[in-house]
Amino acid sequence: MARAATTTDAFNAVAEPRRRQILDVLVDGERPVNDLVRLLGLAQPQVSKHLRVLREVGAVEVRDEGRQRLYRLNGHALKPIHDWVKRYEHTWSERFAQLDDVLEDLKRQEGDGGSDE
Amino acid sequence: MVAVTSSGPAKVTTPTDEQILVTREFNAPKHLVYRAWTTPELVRRWWAGRRGEVTLIEMDLRVGGTWRYVLVAEGGMEVGFHGEYREIVPNERIVWTEIYEGLPDAPEDHAAVNTLTFTEVDGRTTINLLTEVKSKEDRDAILESGMEVGLQEQMEIIEEIATSLR
Repeated sequence: MARAATTTDAFNAVAEPRRRQILDVLVDGERPVNDLVRLLGLAQPQVSKHLRVLREVGAVEVRDEGRQRLYRLNGHALKPIHDWVKRYEHTWSERFAQLDDVLEDLKRQEGDGGSDE
Repeated sequence: MVAVTSSGPAKVTTPTDEQILVTREFNAPKHLVYRAWTTPELVRRWWAGRRGEVTLIEMDLRVGGTWRYVLVAEGGMEVGFHGEYREIVPNERIVWTEIYEGLPDAPEDHAAVNTLTFTEVDGRTTINLLTEVKSKEDRDAILESGMEVGLQEQMEIIEEIATSLR
């Protein structure tokens, strides 16, 4: 399966454990970056890098309040991941698209009078 | 006559915590759809979808007969499935068990029972494929099977996030 770039695919964006930790913290509400630095025990540049990836897929949003940048969760961007059924549906849709081709061949064979039964 | 291909998406629902129902209409009479499901060289052509290649299809299509499919996914991972036929009504209905061989221990404890029915209206066939398992955990594992390894852990947090949005 072709993988989309980390920065465009919500699935890949949350594949990184630190980024999941950030989301986990933000579930409880909006936070300034300093809180995240403290809670994750990471250096600020690393936290900022993870936040950038999460922002690029829309999983977090940011707003300025005074001198602080506040980050919050946007759960809707993660809906594709939550929606397991859609993935499963996709697998079957792919199979059935191939099955359509097989059926067209079978119909053609019958149409030719060349029944193979 | 120009062939009208039915290539609509499969519809997947979860009627209960232990069930998955897949529905799809095909632009072909049911004896052909049945044949495409029950003839090894035809199953080989479609069952992998676009996710890899079918390398083995064994079918002993009779009640009590066994079957086994092996798929090599892109990236080289081999996955096998096997089971036993429980009911066969040609062109109407097939019931079989399915065991995913990739489970770490006692895969047979997580066997699914699949019931496939074929309904034809005006030369078009609707299939209903009902998968029944013993627990919600097993059902969710099947729903996840199209996903990349390691997503289980990710799902937990996403689930939590989704719940928090309600």
